[in-house]
Amino acid sequence: MSAADTSAVVSLRGVSKSFAGGGVTALSSIDLDVRPGEFVSLIGPSGCGKSTLLRIVGDLVEPSSGEVVVNGKSARQARLDRDYGIVFQDAVLYDWRTVAKNIALPLELAGWSGARRAERVRDMVELVELKGFEGHHPWQLSGGMQQRVSIARALSFDPALLLMDEPFGALDEMTRERLNGELLRIWEASGSTIVFVTHSISEAVFLSTRVVVMSRRPGRIAAVVDVDLQHPRNADTREEPRFFELVTAVRDRLREGGLDEDSTAPGEGELLVVEETP
Amino acid sequence: MAIAAPASTRSRVLDSERARHVGQRVGLFLAVLVFLWGFWEGFRWLAESVELRIGQFEANDRTMPHIHDIVGQLFEPSRRNGPLLIDVLWDATLFTAKEAATGFVLGALIGFALGAVLAHSGLLQRGLVPYIVASQTIPILAVAPMVVVWVNPRLPDGLKDWGAVAVIAAYLTFFPVAINTLRGLTSVDPQALELMRSYAASRWRVLWKLRVPAALPFIFAALKIAAPASVVGAIIGELPASIQDGLGGAILNFNQYYVTSPTSLWATNLIAALLGITFFLVVLAAERLVVHRAPEHVA
Repeated sequence: MSAADTSAVVSLRGVSKSFAGGGVTALSSIDLDVRPGEFVSLIGPSGCGKSTLLRIVGDLVEPSSGEVVVNGKSARQARLDRDYGIVFQDAVLYDWRTVAKNIALPLELAGWSGARRAERVRDMVELVELKGFEGHHPWQLSGGMQQRVSIARALSFDPALLLMDEPFGALDEMTRERLNGELLRIWEASGSTIVFVTHSISEAVFLSTRVVVMSRRPGRIAAVVDVDLQHPRNADTREEPRFFELVTAVRDRLREGGLDEDSTAPGEGELLVVEETP
Repeated sequence: MAIAAPASTRSRVLDSERARHVGQRVGLFLAVLVFLWGFWEGFRWLAESVELRIGQFEANDRTMPHIHDIVGQLFEPSRRNGPLLIDVLWDATLFTAKEAATGFVLGALIGFALGAVLAHSGLLQRGLVPYIVASQTIPILAVAPMVVVWVNPRLPDGLKDWGAVAVIAAYLTFFPVAINTLRGLTSVDPQALELMRSYAASRWRVLWKLRVPAALPFIFAALKIAAPASVVGAIIGELPASIQDGLGGAILNFNQYYVTSPTSLWATNLIAALLGITFFLVVLAAERLVVHRAPEHVA
């Protein structure tokens, strides 16, 4: 095993995680490097530990063993330096704050002055196209708009890394596809690095520069699929033959990864991936 | 946009909607008042006409004075050649309100601080909560004389006597506030906590930026219970403290003259109830100002 790569935004070496008590191994010896400006998706069946892996990168969960380097330092130091922004499946907005104040929350915690905060909030509101909604409270917004506020909040302090844990998983298909497009535009505009957890094969292929396919418990990297689709990508990208080829490639890798574990983890009844064929 | 109504029309529509809403509330309030009045007078009329007797109870001017007599008593002299009863009760109400408000604020602060400390230590929670609960099983009438004996000698002149009553009122206030603060501070969405952790926020920042705002609906639910309770605590506390100037003193006084003037005691009770309701409404108004939550989350 080689040493962690400090020039990468995220570098994982031999990362494993077992949860105390049950002896359940969630992740087993994960090696992964994410280079600056990359958009990497983690995809796999439920319970493969992809969300846990994302939380390990964010120092929200401790790995049982292995080395985690984020932005050239320990995951803990990176968190303390506020090197990453995170977006969850739920928008996790604070009900008692307006849209503008939700976006400003990390800036307040970082000690920005009121004037600087206001200016940045204005920029972010424009970036996620929520002009006119600054004074609204979260419960007055649709699910898609809430998630856009959440993305603006995660990007407000210009983190080098954006961690996203199934951010569009709770949204309807149409909203999801529209936000996919917007996320790509934001990613290209901000030049940040994104690690993205998803259940959806087409979403992973459409968004990513690389798709990391994980096998079911214990989570391992089963395959890495490079996505060579042209940028900028748009609705037409989803119609290209190459898009279908890549979707098929990821699906095949997922199937292999899932079948590997069937004999060792029987009776769990987990669906591999639920995804209609385009 | 052509189809959207201009802002001025929209706000006029909102205003008229709000006016109708307020009108409904006032109408409902009056309807309930009239119903209660009708129930009281109707029961008395019926009980008198069939000569109903339940044990010692018999409906008459002494046991169930007419509502108009109770209200009318407020505008009679409180004693021969004395001031009107309502003037006497107004002064007593202000005095008791001072005790109750001081006790309420004191109790709310202690309750909040206690809840906040307990929320940060499972050990303290397990160790202390049973005793906090036990403190409320002791009748306030048993605690009040001890509080007066202990607290009074230590108070500066301006606070003498009524300060001890405020402490008794605080004794009734702190409990619901402590329990609900603890509950509110510890029932925060785990993802919201993860978010704070991702920002490397200190415990102190997490408390004030996340836990306290999230707990406000819980805390206000407790304050709404505690506000009228602090009035009850003040009235009861006046008895062992031998305070004559408040509603407790007035109740004790008119109790002695109940046979000759039952309406005086009823009128005093009415005023005491109004004070409790006023305290409740003040907390309700504060909640409207402070808590901005989705309508379904407001307790």
